[in-house]
Amino acid sequence: MENRLYKRDIISIADFDRNDLELVLETAAQLKNSPRPDLLKGKVIASCFFEASTRTRLSFETAVQRLGGTLIGFSDGGNTSAKKGETLADSVNIISSYTDAFVMRHPQEGSARLASEFSSVPVINGGDGSNQHPTQTLLDLFSIRECQDKLDGLKIAFVGDLKYGRTVHSLAQALCHFGAEFTFIAPKALTMPDYILEELDEKGIKYHFSDSIEETAPKVDIIYMTRVQKERFDETEYKHIASRYILNVDSLKDAKDNLKILHPLPRVDEIAVEVDKTPYAYYFQQAENGVYARQALLALVLNEVV
Amino acid sequence: MRKKLQVEAIRQGTVIDHIPAGQGIKILDRLQLLDSNASITVGFNLPSKDQGHKDIIKVTNRMFSEQEANQLALFAPTATINVIDNYEVVDKFKMALPESLQGAFSCPNSNCITHNEPVDTHFSLREHKGDVRLKCRYCEKSFSKDIVAEL
Ligand SMILES: [Zn+2]
Repeated sequence: MENRLYKRDIISIADFDRNDLELVLETAAQLKNSPRPDLLKGKVIASCFFEASTRTRLSFETAVQRLGGTLIGFSDGGNTSAKKGETLADSVNIISSYTDAFVMRHPQEGSARLASEFSSVPVINGGDGSNQHPTQTLLDLFSIRECQDKLDGLKIAFVGDLKYGRTVHSLAQALCHFGAEFTFIAPKALTMPDYILEELDEKGIKYHFSDSIEETAPKVDIIYMTRVQKERFDETEYKHIASRYILNVDSLKDAKDNLKILHPLPRVDEIAVEVDKTPYAYYFQQAENGVYARQALLALVLNEVV
Repeated sequence: MRKKLQVEAIRQGTVIDHIPAGQGIKILDRLQLLDSNASITVGFNLPSKDQGHKDIIKVTNRMFSEQEANQLALFAPTATINVIDNYEVVDKFKMALPESLQGAFSCPNSNCITHNEPVDTHFSLREHKGDVRLKCRYCEKSFSKDIVAEL
């Protein structure tokens, strides 16, 4: 496959077409099967976390090391020059002049796009505020493809906080390239935002609403769980919500054999621990897959031929 | 022909005609026309054959930049701009909605990086169900034009 990601910035999942997505997923699968500790040899990667996010950072840093690259950077923007009033633009300008790629996470929306305009090397967005987290979406897609052996025409249920969950929004948008059908299961106050539904309508994607995981499980291939934050509700309300939007073994009694459960992690109590032992649980493999998805991106951005 | 002028003719300048009624005041404000030295004649809520009611703005000795014309298009997509010289219309063009707007408005998302950094805002425009939506190039959020413009 032609590598159209070479030297490209990875800012938003909206910048990817179906071919780009397939290239990353195919490369991730290859790297999972046969490690390539040479692909980033001699390359220095900046890992700049202007806000702390331990899992994402460790996942990126593992990816770099597994490909033989070297890392510089920081894990918490609290003690960088940003505090002294330096603009992000200046920081990026300088740090990118030392390195071959710039991985960043930042608390403000749009920071990654802005950084790409001031960076001399490709920028990879590790999360910008509530906006984008493209590598999460790629690892989600990779996990779905891996556990279902395909991406086309799958039925996917999203459960929990669909209003603020950016991982849900990006994943739904990416799955549109593969003709998915969605079921949304969420408390009224946390339902899928209109602008996403409008996009689905425009693309002719089918979706339904439901308020029961149990009734939905027999009809879908994937249940993608997210956390409903207790803080958003009062206690009685939360108890009611918990009874409907928490996944336990009972709610899976009529599930399809191929059903798999995903979750961006960390979970709190929205998936009962007993579900971990069922064949449906796939969230820990999903987290592991983050390293392969990130390896694939780094390899493709930094090598014309992988 | 019984055509009575409702707003005085000007010798030289620009006449923005067929502004949707109610938008004229926003345009004056947005283009900071009242802060300039130009003399301005306005008509609000005038009867209009096609629109029912319209606003009209006449600005003496002043032409509009492309940036200003773009902003006009956002508020008054039906407006026409008449360039006047010696009481005659020497050029006349209809507004067209621009594909993007740069540096014209700040982003309504208070957590958007554009508020802290040395860049122009950049919105791409699209029509949705009769409304114009502006999408920020940076934070990727979409807003209706009124939210963007009335900040
Ligand atoms: Zn913005």
